Amino acid sequence: MIELSGVHKAFGAKQVLRGIDLSVATGESLVVIGGSGSGKSVLLKCILGLVAPDAGRILLDGEDAGRAERDAFLARFGMLFQGGALFDSLTVWQNVSFRLLRGPGKLSRVAARDRAMEKLARVGLGSEVADLYPAQLSGGMQKRVGLARAIAAEPEIIFFDEPTTGLDPIMAGVINTLIRGIVTEMGATAVTITHDMTSVRAIADRVAMLHEGVIRWVGPAAGMDEADDPCLQQFIHGRAEGPIASVR
Amino acid sequence: MIRVLATTGRGTRGALASVGAVVRFAAAVLGHLFRPPFYMGEFARQLLAIGWQSLPVVGLTAIFTGGALALQIYAGGARFNAEAVVPSIVAIGITRELGPVMAGLMVAARVASSIAAEIGTMKVTEQIDALVTLSTDPMKYLAVPRVLAATLAVPALVAVGDALGILGGWLVGITRLGFDETVYLRNTADFLETWDILSGLIKGAVFGFLVALMGCWHGLCSAGGAQGVGRATKAAVVSAAVLILAANYLLTELFFRA
Repeated sequence: MIELSGVHKAFGAKQVLRGIDLSVATGESLVVIGGSGSGKSVLLKCILGLVAPDAGRILLDGEDAGRAERDAFLARFGMLFQGGALFDSLTVWQNVSFRLLRGPGKLSRVAARDRAMEKLARVGLGSEVADLYPAQLSGGMQKRVGLARAIAAEPEIIFFDEPTTGLDPIMAGVINTLIRGIVTEMGATAVTITHDMTSVRAIADRVAMLHEGVIRWVGPAAGMDEADDPCLQQFIHGRAEGPIASVR
Repeated sequence: MIRVLATTGRGTRGALASVGAVVRFAAAVLGHLFRPPFYMGEFARQLLAIGWQSLPVVGLTAIFTGGALALQIYAGGARFNAEAVVPSIVAIGITRELGPVMAGLMVAARVASSIAAEIGTMKVTEQIDALVTLSTDPMKYLAVPRVLAATLAVPALVAVGDALGILGGWLVGITRLGFDETVYLRNTADFLETWDILSGLIKGAVFGFLVALMGCWHGLCSAGGAQGVGRATKAAVVSAAVLILAANYLLTELFFRA
């Protein structure tokens, strides 16, 4: 279980997170929605320790994330980055098996390559892409490779940062289906940040809306349309008029 | 007046903070050199990229510099009938000064820019964050192999540059200045001391360290997309070049104090 309480983060004078209180149950798929620049990515980076929060507590199964042994803590996570963040100098299979080729649980190159092939197949990619470099792949294929890398070490918790950004609707649908399927079959806890409402409906068990640095609304995905929060309604229906300023 | 003092104070404080941050970064890199894990594959790749692939540019620079030096010393020496010193002065000038400095500057132009651009791009495309989430310390995986490879590769480049620089002087000496080829080589060998060569190699190691350090530092500090990467690349080359020339003066003072 991931629990955040009173998490604050500012960059200079800009206060991005103003006291986040949120919990994610084990095995749950939570989607965090919010406008561009609302701090969704910062929130994920705070949990992972990529960005140090200014105040507040982040607990993972009751243990303070800031005090946990770093490698063991990170080994529980997989992450799909917005742009894929694949390593340009490594081939696809080396990207996917990056963690498997290093660290305490290191596999042989043959075993790591086999695992990479298995994960690539799971995301719908054939062995013909294994020896290509990321620059030789389309955007959709890069996302799939990023997804394969995120699940390669079979983590307990997977973060998805804007998984469908930049993809056409068909490819976005494929990625959403893959995420939902993989999270369900792995029994992993998933936190996805997005402003794509199709993704939200496809992936989420529960939805949290981040607005002006705080969690404005949280509830089951099925209850989103009936909620009476004006910010949430403006966001999910994509209206220019409403409490959320259209120019930010 | 107070505003001028305040601005100067802020600038000085900012500059000192930057120097302190770079020194801390250098100390961290040195500390990591002796602590596992060691990424030998990455180190070998960098050794090839920094050392082997810099050979043509360093070699060509050395040959032309040696040739030009021979012409200059001959012209200058002719003013007081000292043309015969060309072989020894070329050898000493190349091994002590021009070999390491030219190799350092060429590597700074070629390698500091490429390291800063590569790491800077990784930073702005979240590849550095991805490394961290994959339990890999960017300092160990990116900075240490590059700094170690450059520190070892540049002295080797200096050695090759020394040989080619002396060869350039010899070629000009025998084809343009009327030196006998055997006498030229004998004069070079007679006047050249081991310390002349060794001091240049030590300078090369220091310059290699500085080049890679600046490339990694500016790359890891880059922010703000493509423009940020461009700024980091420029800053890496400029700071590496300035540090090479400053370090060269300090090392020359240390090694050859009058």
